[in-house]
Amino acid sequence: MRLSWWKILCIFLLLFISIAGFLGGVPAKPILNETIRNLYFHVAMWFGMMIFFIVSVVNSVRYLRTGKIRYDAYSVEYANTGILFGILGLVTGMIWANFTWGKAWSNDPKQIGAAIALLIYFAYLVLRNSMVDLDKRARISAVYNIFAFAMLFPTIWIIPRLVESLHPGGMGNPALNTDDIDSRMRLLFWPVAVPAWTLLGVWITTLRIRLKLLEDQKLNHA
Amino acid sequence: MKNIISLFKKDLLLEFRQQYTFYGILLYVASTIFVLYLAMGQPEDLVWNGLFWMIQLFVCVNAVAKSFLQESRGRLLYFYSIAGARDFILSKLLFNSLLMALLSLVTWALFSLLLGNPVINGLRFIGISILGGLGLSLVFTFLSAIAAKAQQNAALMAILGFPLIVTQLLLMMKLANTAFSQVIQDSLLMIVVLLIVMDVLVITLSIILFPFLWKD
Repeated sequence: MRLSWWKILCIFLLLFISIAGFLGGVPAKPILNETIRNLYFHVAMWFGMMIFFIVSVVNSVRYLRTGKIRYDAYSVEYANTGILFGILGLVTGMIWANFTWGKAWSNDPKQIGAAIALLIYFAYLVLRNSMVDLDKRARISAVYNIFAFAMLFPTIWIIPRLVESLHPGGMGNPALNTDDIDSRMRLLFWPVAVPAWTLLGVWITTLRIRLKLLEDQKLNHA
Repeated sequence: MKNIISLFKKDLLLEFRQQYTFYGILLYVASTIFVLYLAMGQPEDLVWNGLFWMIQLFVCVNAVAKSFLQESRGRLLYFYSIAGARDFILSKLLFNSLLMALLSLVTWALFSLLLGNPVINGLRFIGISILGGLGLSLVFTFLSAIAAKAQQNAALMAILGFPLIVTQLLLMMKLANTAFSQVIQDSLLMIVVLLIVMDVLVITLSIILFPFLWKD
């Protein structure tokens, strides 16, 4: 078995975050208690999701500029992985909220924003599947991907400022407050947790892209 | 510019000749509001506001949906050969935003007739509903172009559009609530500017992206 360096790094970082994330020292805060460890998993999911959605849009633009069908495959597979990470982020957040806020869903602006983002990308998938013609599907879904992405960002920026939030990170900020992370946790979060999960997502996506391109090739030769 | 105006005139003329869509939508608005009236009587201010914007949303989906879905393939090809893609989308955006402005006023009139009128500052409310109608019609015009290209009906448009429009809708409701009292909030101007910026964003995106939709 041959693994490139970043895959080995990914496995190492994932093992490290799974062990250190549960055993490492964390500040003891009331209400939060040990749920604070969710930072390594839940927050890292959102970073992964945003990165994959951005990569997906970039590939949509590249598709429209060049017309090469492989960029369409990149675009849809990164969107798929983004959705997977989004769902995992939502679920980890809801489990956390169940312990700290008392219920899983409380219409918090962060929850609303995440739900909207997922709905938009589900609509993207529905739109794709409604068309059969390959070129047309690629072109129209690329257009929607770019349009939806441009509309999603105002949502993520604006809604947290309209509705009050209980979410850590305070009012106005879409995700987290970078200044008030405990220094031990920051040391694990930025260099380990975020790259570990993002690399895992990239790994999943590259495998899926290879599969998709092979399937397309088989279809062309059939 | 000349192309845009002549295309716009064509849409307007078609509307006057057929008169089917306008009256159809009018009836749609009237019957929806009538059903609402039978179901809830005269609701409180906040509920009134929420209902008003939901009705605006559905009216917009129905009014705008036909703008691309009505054009046959051959006719689209003809327009493409005499005018550019950009002129075409701009004329559609212009036509639909005017149609929506008119429908906003109709909706408000029917609302105040049947569901009561909590609006104190009428002028401000007219401005807000026209601005809101503009935002709705711009987004849904572009989405109807996408749905038409995918050979789908208005249902797909709703799926594509509702998650995208949530932010604007929330902003508009917040804005419209201010018309129910004499108090002026500081954040009012800020929200208006935000909505206008979003409208400009949608227009720019339509101009950039529509040519790609059109190519076949």
